[in-house]
Amino acid sequence: MAGSRTAWRRKLLCRPADSACYLRLLPKTPFHESGCARLAGMEMNPWQAVIRFGLGSRPDQALPADPLAWLDAQLQGPDPAPPVPAGWPAAPAVPDGYRVLNRSERVTRRPGQRHPVDLHFEAEVIAAQAVRIDTGVPYRERLVEFWANHFTVARRAGYGAAVAIGPFLREAIRPHVNGRFADMLQAVATHPAMLSYLDQSSSVGPGSRLGRRSGKGLNENLAREILELHTVSPAAGYTQADVTEFARLLTGWGNERWKEPLGVVFRSERHEPGAKTVMGRRFEEGPQATAEALRFLAGHPATGHRLATKLVRHFVADDPPPGAVARIEGVLRDSGGDLQAVAAALPRLPQAWDPPLGKLRSPLDYATAALRACGAQGIALGMFAWASAVRMNQSVWDARQPNGWPDQAASWLGPEPMMQRLDWCYDVAGRFARLEPMAVLDTALGPLAREETRQAIRRAGSPRDALALLFASPEFQRR
Amino acid sequence: MSHLPEIGRRGLLLGLTALAATRYARLAVAAPPVAGEAADRRLVVVIQRGAMDGLAALAPYGDARYRALRGPLALPEPGQDDGLLDCGGFFGLAPQLRNFHRFFAEGSLLPVHAIAGPYRNRSHFEAQDMLESGAPERLSSGWLNRALEATPPVPRGQPERGLAVGYDLPLLLRGARRVGMWAPPRPVRPPPELYARMAELLHADPLLGDAVRDGLRGRGFAADALMGEPPAQGGFVSLAASAGTLLAAPNGPRVAALEIGGWDTHANQNYALSRVLKQLDDGMAALCGQLGPAWAQTAILIMTEFGRTARANGTQGTDHGTGGVAFLMGGAVQGGTVLADWPGLSDGQLFEKRDLAPTRDLRAIAKGLLRDHLGLPQATIAAAFPGADGVAAENGLIRPA
Repeated sequence: MAGSRTAWRRKLLCRPADSACYLRLLPKTPFHESGCARLAGMEMNPWQAVIRFGLGSRPDQALPADPLAWLDAQLQGPDPAPPVPAGWPAAPAVPDGYRVLNRSERVTRRPGQRHPVDLHFEAEVIAAQAVRIDTGVPYRERLVEFWANHFTVARRAGYGAAVAIGPFLREAIRPHVNGRFADMLQAVATHPAMLSYLDQSSSVGPGSRLGRRSGKGLNENLAREILELHTVSPAAGYTQADVTEFARLLTGWGNERWKEPLGVVFRSERHEPGAKTVMGRRFEEGPQATAEALRFLAGHPATGHRLATKLVRHFVADDPPPGAVARIEGVLRDSGGDLQAVAAALPRLPQAWDPPLGKLRSPLDYATAALRACGAQGIALGMFAWASAVRMNQSVWDARQPNGWPDQAASWLGPEPMMQRLDWCYDVAGRFARLEPMAVLDTALGPLAREETRQAIRRAGSPRDALALLFASPEFQRR
Repeated sequence: MSHLPEIGRRGLLLGLTALAATRYARLAVAAPPVAGEAADRRLVVVIQRGAMDGLAALAPYGDARYRALRGPLALPEPGQDDGLLDCGGFFGLAPQLRNFHRFFAEGSLLPVHAIAGPYRNRSHFEAQDMLESGAPERLSSGWLNRALEATPPVPRGQPERGLAVGYDLPLLLRGARRVGMWAPPRPVRPPPELYARMAELLHADPLLGDAVRDGLRGRGFAADALMGEPPAQGGFVSLAASAGTLLAAPNGPRVAALEIGGWDTHANQNYALSRVLKQLDDGMAALCGQLGPAWAQTAILIMTEFGRTARANGTQGTDHGTGGVAFLMGGAVQGGTVLADWPGLSDGQLFEKRDLAPTRDLRAIAKGLLRDHLGLPQATIAAAFPGADGVAAENGLIRPA
């Protein structure tokens, strides 16, 4: 491990100062003129691969000798490490979560005793953070994070949603990050977490048996957000009538929380009778229409464009280069929405490597990267990673709105968030003040560290200050 | 203190020398020159994210169709238990808005009904972007920032005129003009000399440099102005109270924005709204209390991205709609009546047979505030609201001086 790192440093130190690599951030200087090592015509140093597509390097993990092969390998096979919350022999599914919730409603809590659902949610979040801190397949975890944010569900929707979010990640997101988008959409849209979060479980077709009897009616929340956020986006030009029709089509899907079998259920007495027309496409009555409509929306060209734009924004640049978007859009179209092909295509975009460190790390990824650089153990620091994200204003599984956390730095970077980062640097540095700061810097940034930052660390009055400066440095804040 | 940290040349340039003066020094803030009357006018904008149901916040109980249309969401008439708080015999405030009602009686609340921006597509996210951009499309800057561009620059070392209260900088205040930010402190802060070294590392960064500079300056200012205040908890009420304290300071910011979420009430609306309306009401009372005498020079615009469906949906909630309510509040506001061209609630009168029809443009209200309260020139107002030349500034929102 150390050998490969040193070799890379030697290759990359072809210019006198490390700062040169960082200066290339500035848009004018062409990166390729640096004369640094190249792979397949592109500048791909392993630190950059680990930072841009991963979650930052760890002292106990070797840097990849071949970044593309390393990234490709992470896309193979089934989910390697679904998080299991503490106290569970195996990962809990939706019915397990519902049982936690149902039991909690039968028990009186002592004053000051925490709600069992809060404790359960906490265990789920910590387990998920622990996986991210420890993982050897960080690109896969980044994809999980990306898709979970695309299909946001949040605990703020209440306990019924909160207990289903861990299972949502394991059942609807993680298995599909290297599968087909249409399958992920199908799994998401009929998952109890999403059905609660966007109120679908309470929507009733006004002409259905229950609707006619009770006068209850539609709730169009899920229908609207599937169109607007998950698939075609308003650019597709759908109308209010399309939203209403789609809401009618989706009626019937709900959650069974009380009677076994617990979990998702299709209640035909709530389903709006008759055919529905969504965006010019006719769908017959019945639950199968949901699968057909979702397949239609997943394959719609506007969906491809929207997904490509978001993926390129996440992995390449806040302002996605049109050429890169077109390329990913093409891969989505030609592969029939194969997310493994898309994930393999992203690191093959020249724009993904040049310029390096063009994006700011999101708050959670920033915290995770610092913990990884310090060699933290996930289970011990999972809670701290979560608390860090809360402090930096982007909590875990609790986005404020269904469009998730923004992916452009301008949407959240400001004076106060910046100060929260600096304060956090000092806090986390205090936890690792026994480490050798220069070694942490070499793990975290290698040749991407500026001379200025090295000097600040050398001159710092204490290891804690030195680590705080490393994490505060502009190069560590980026990916 | 035996060891004074070495503050680099850039630290000096940044005006961070005060950091080195003592171990416990806060960032210094120089006293600005005495400002004139107009410069003391305060403007606060509260963004309600998620689309407040205007028909719930200010119910048209005098409309014959109100009760039938709203069904389970209709509230008891004024005078009954948990009834509406009457505003002139036709409209009534939700019972949680007690302080709003007090302001109404004092003539310092002007509710505006059947109002909306130019946007009609019922997407929260697009609508919020446009509400804050002040344009029919999303811009990268907000109308309040562009309005600030006309005000004279603030001398170095003084707090910026604009202030965002909270942990995020809303689009409304983003743009070319620098603004300050304040959020309640969270535990563990580095010592000042470490802040200074961090600033040295970051100051030249194209993306991060300005944020660090402004953040440090904001902390220094806030530390002075909030000395002796109880620590804020970060909820809307305490944020609003802090905004009041900061705006009341003689040399403080004059234009502030803050936000309150929780308005997207698709289900069990009466319960969900009662909590968030109470927060809003308490928050505005706290803001008023902290402003003290400066309340007389203050106008507050409380606005949301759109209204909600006129009828209840199937789940005792409402879905995304069109026309809604905005509130103007403050000692400078000419209130005590409801400003509305009431469109009516019959099927033919509803927008697309489902939403309250908007009869007033939110931009007209904002323009009226910029012109009559802040005294901004026509050209600035036009730049704040591009593409809205046809929307005339509303007259009579502000009390004559």
